[in-house]
This record gives sequence, structure tokens and C-alpha cells, in this order.
Amino acid sequence: MTDISALHTALTRQRQREQRRWRFLLLFIALIAGSLLLDVATGPSLLSLREVAATLLSPGEADAMTRAIVMDMRLPIALMALVVGAALGLGGAQMQTLLDNPLASPFTLGLAAAAGFGAALALISGGFGLPPLIAIPIGAFVCCMLAAGLLFGLALMQHVSSQTIILAGIALLFLFQSLLSLLQFLSSPELNQQIVFWLFGSLMRTTWDALLITTVVTVVCALLLYRDAWKLTCLRLGEARARSLGVDVTRLRLKTLVLVALMTATAISFVGIIGFIGLVAPHIARMLIGEDQRFLIPLSALCGACMLSVSSVLSKSIIPGALFPIGIVTAIIGVPFFIWLILGKGRKRA
Amino acid sequence: MLELSKLSLSIGKQSLVSNLNLQLAAGQLHVIIGPNGTGKTSLLRALFGELPLQQGEIRFGGHTLSRLHAASWRRQFGYMPQNIQLELDLSVLEVVVLGRLDSLSMRLSDDDILAALSALQALGIAHLADRAMHSLSGGQRQMVLFAQVLLRDPQIMMLDEPVSALDLQHQLQLMEHLHHQTRAKNWVSLVVLHDLNLAAQFADQLIVLAGGTLQAFGPPSEVLDAGLIHRLYSVPVDIHHDRDGKPYIRTLRQASLTA
Repeated sequence: MTDISALHTALTRQRQREQRRWRFLLLFIALIAGSLLLDVATGPSLLSLREVAATLLSPGEADAMTRAIVMDMRLPIALMALVVGAALGLGGAQMQTLLDNPLASPFTLGLAAAAGFGAALALISGGFGLPPLIAIPIGAFVCCMLAAGLLFGLALMQHVSSQTIILAGIALLFLFQSLLSLLQFLSSPELNQQIVFWLFGSLMRTTWDALLITTVVTVVCALLLYRDAWKLTCLRLGEARARSLGVDVTRLRLKTLVLVALMTATAISFVGIIGFIGLVAPHIARMLIGEDQRFLIPLSALCGACMLSVSSVLSKSIIPGALFPIGIVTAIIGVPFFIWLILGKGRKRA
Repeated sequence: MLELSKLSLSIGKQSLVSNLNLQLAAGQLHVIIGPNGTGKTSLLRALFGELPLQQGEIRFGGHTLSRLHAASWRRQFGYMPQNIQLELDLSVLEVVVLGRLDSLSMRLSDDDILAALSALQALGIAHLADRAMHSLSGGQRQMVLFAQVLLRDPQIMMLDEPVSALDLQHQLQLMEHLHHQTRAKNWVSLVVLHDLNLAAQFADQLIVLAGGTLQAFGPPSEVLDAGLIHRLYSVPVDIHHDRDGKPYIRTLRQASLTA
């Protein structure tokens, strides 16, 4: 009898644990909704939150000026912040899972550097005959996927460990940074300025088309990743143990890497290099809900979305009227916050 | 019956196991012993289909292990590898439930959770169910991982040094449970142990490996003798027998080392 009641107590506790994780997901959805409203409201012509909410809910009833500002200018940018943040947060979380390393992210593995090089190449070559708005994302995407291709090749080899993939990624980072410096060295000051501006990362280049492409790619990749939630949780027990539980580790590694590369390459190619979210968002998500990928996958995406959206608000409000590149804001605000978090975690475990 | 015939394994040019022939019966607990680096772990990995065979074949239940059927082949196994380094923010219950990976749906069913709890309860560690994996000791983790492998409900159970971090009580508890379940569920059980006394106490059959070749195979009372152990480990021993006729081994200090 005591056995049965003990079982039921443990079952109830497990359900409570799951409910707690659901609450975090809902909390972040609420935070994102608030941040989205603020993001749309913030800008050179200040709108009230009430005006923004009313325009978003029924655009037909808003006056033409407000509708143009909200729907055509600010909404795509604010939504892009969410989608790109989600892609980077989720991408970082899965890189860390896959490579069993808390330092892994699309940036530490050279994917962002490769994208930067591709964008610079597109700028310098005059866009390969295409308009810059199309040529730059294509250049960035192609180079990013080329760099990822090398990592895929390594991931396919059975005897190659995660550490080897990380080392190769770091080597790629240096390679593409050097190539980028070479392009900057060879280019005119005007072109150089354009390259530097792209590298800062900015949501201002967002169009509805870019938003649509990024959203579709991110959602499809996220859903495909979610289908493997249990297998990815197993992978956190180590590759040998995941294999022993029946996971085809090589296949999972390749599939996840392809999805993460697609997602982050698409995001980076449209908005440029926005650092830090891919590293920090997964850590925050993991601190809140642990390693259960059924919850970590959505929460790392929500956390990334929330962080980038808040950064977008801050980038417009640090100096009213001036716009800081969002890539700079994420790092400047993110670093102290992150250090505070990891120190706190260290104390808790000690 | 798990059959290994003319099995040879190598990594690169280094030969790990050569020309191994074994027939392992269901309902029997087989313990592999032998010095470090003699291919014990490699043998388990090969049986699991993780290490390609250089030569020979492995058969079970009328099927031969081939690379094509690796996934369905592995489904028959419960395999607990050595490493217990798990700095994980998952609860014990969540780790154990992964033993049912093949059948888990996105929402954990009550049935999955209760099965995991029962496995923990059977090993006397149900009180750990809510603890985070990273807060457990090495021995507790080892017990949890054993519970996880029990949940796979396998036909072949392979454990690689499952008691390396356990205290005396838990060593016996794990081995007793394994021994009992091997008979009750008709598993082919295969365990790597370094503790010869534990091996002698629980093994139905001992598999003695050294230098990648089979040195002896049979019940402990027939296989274990002072000469074999000296050949294997270069350690002098006395062998006694308990009331059940099972051998137990006492190492002797070497005069040359103590002088």
C-alpha cells in the first residue's frame, strides 16, 4: 500500500515539474507579447501602447499615418526580431546539445563569420549582377552553408568526436575572419563602411519577403527538431549512452546540424551578425527548465525571441531618436547579465 | 542463444579480439573477466553492432547481425556502457524513462512514469526519483542507469563494469537483481566485472579474455584456479571454496614487492 502511494506521490511530482515548465513557456509568451507591443510603439514618432494594440487588432480602423508606421514600417522589423531571436536561440541550444559543449553556438563554430565573409564578397563583387538586397543575403547564406558543409562532413564520420567538430569550427571562424579582413583590406573605404555596417547586424533591412522566408524556414526547422526531442534529450547523456538507448547518433547529428545551419544561415543572411543570443538564450532556458528537450526546444526559441525583441526596444531608446545597431546592444547588455547568471548558478551548485 | 563464431575485431591495424567462438545461453548470467585492455568493452560494442566485425559472425534468435539491420538488432539489447559522467539537469525519473525511448510519445504517459518508478523501486532507490542527476553520487548514478536499462525490457542484457562505483551493499543488490531477472525473463546476460569474487559468486559462466583471445569458458568452479589467475594478472592467489562450492579468491602479497 505504501508502495502504491509512494508511486503516486512521485507521479504527481513529475506532473508538477511539467506544469512548472509550461508556466515558464507561458510567461515568455506573455513577455514576448509585451515586448512586441513596446517594440512597435518605440521609434522617432512615439505611439502609445493603446494605439499600437488597436492598430494591430483592427488595422482598418486606424488612421492612415499610424497604420503605415505600425503595419508597414515597424511591425515587420519587430516580428523579424522575434523570428531571428528564436532561430538564434534554438540554433545555439541545439549546437550545444549536439556538441555537448556549453560554448558552442553558430558564432563560435564560424558560421556567422562565414556569412559575414559571404556578405562582404557579395558587396565587393557588385552583387554578382543582382541587386544588393538580394545578393548580400544569398552570398551570406551560401558561404554559411559551405562552412556548415565542412562540419556536416565531419559529423558524418563515425569516429570523429564532438571536440573535433568544435575545433574544426573554431578553425573555420579564424579562417573566415582572416578572409573577411583581407576583403576589407582590399576594398575601398566606402565599401568597407558598408561591410562594417552589415557586420554590426541590423533589423532595419527587413522586408515582408525576408520576414516570410525567415519565418517559414525557422518554423519548419523548429518543428523537425521538435520531433527528435526525446532523442536529443538522450544525446545529453553522452553519445555512447544515446547509442545504447537506440539512437542513431551519426544520423541525428547530421540532421540536427543541417537544420540548425539552415535556420541560422537564413536568419544571419537577412539581418547580419547578431551575437550572443545563440550562446545566452539556451543557457537561460536551461537554467529555468533543465535539459528536457520537449521544453528546452520551445523555451530556448522563446527566450531568444524575447531577448532580441527587448534589445530592439533598447537599441531605439538608449538615445531617443538615435538607433544603435542591435548587434552591439545585445552584446553590451547581454554580457554583464550573462556573467551575473553563470556566477549565480555556480554559487547555487557549490 | 547468442552465438559468436570465429569473431575477430580490430581498430585500425591493432587487433582487439581474434577468432572468438562462444555460445551464450538464455537464462544464464555470463561474466567477462580479464586484465585491462584485453578487448572486453570492444566485444560488447561489437555485439551491440557498434564496432564493425573484422571477421566472423554473431547470431541471435535466427538472425545474423549485419549493418543493414543495426537498428532492429539493437532493439533486442539492454546495454549499459561504462561512463557515468552525467552533469545533467534532468531528474532521475526523466533519465530512467529514456530507457523506453522507442515507444515514448511527446506527452509522458502515466504508464511510462510508473514503469520508471517501479524500476527504481525494484532497486530500492525510488526515493531518488525527484533528485537532479547532477546532484547524485557516482554510485547512485550507476544504480539509476541500471534502472534505465531495465526499462528497455531486452532479450540480451549487457553491462560494462556496472558496479565500479557501488558500495558493497549496492554491488550485491545490483548483481542479485540481475541474477534473478536473468532467470525470470530468460535474458542472455553478459557483464564485465573486475571483482573476481563477485564474478565467481554470481556467474553461471565465466568468459576469460586476455590478449584478445579466449583463455577459458565455463562455470567459475571449473574455470578459476590459481594458475589461470597468475597467468592473467601476474598476481599470486589462494583459492578457497565456500559452502556452495563457489570459489573465492584471496590475493597474496608478493614477497619481492613487500621486502
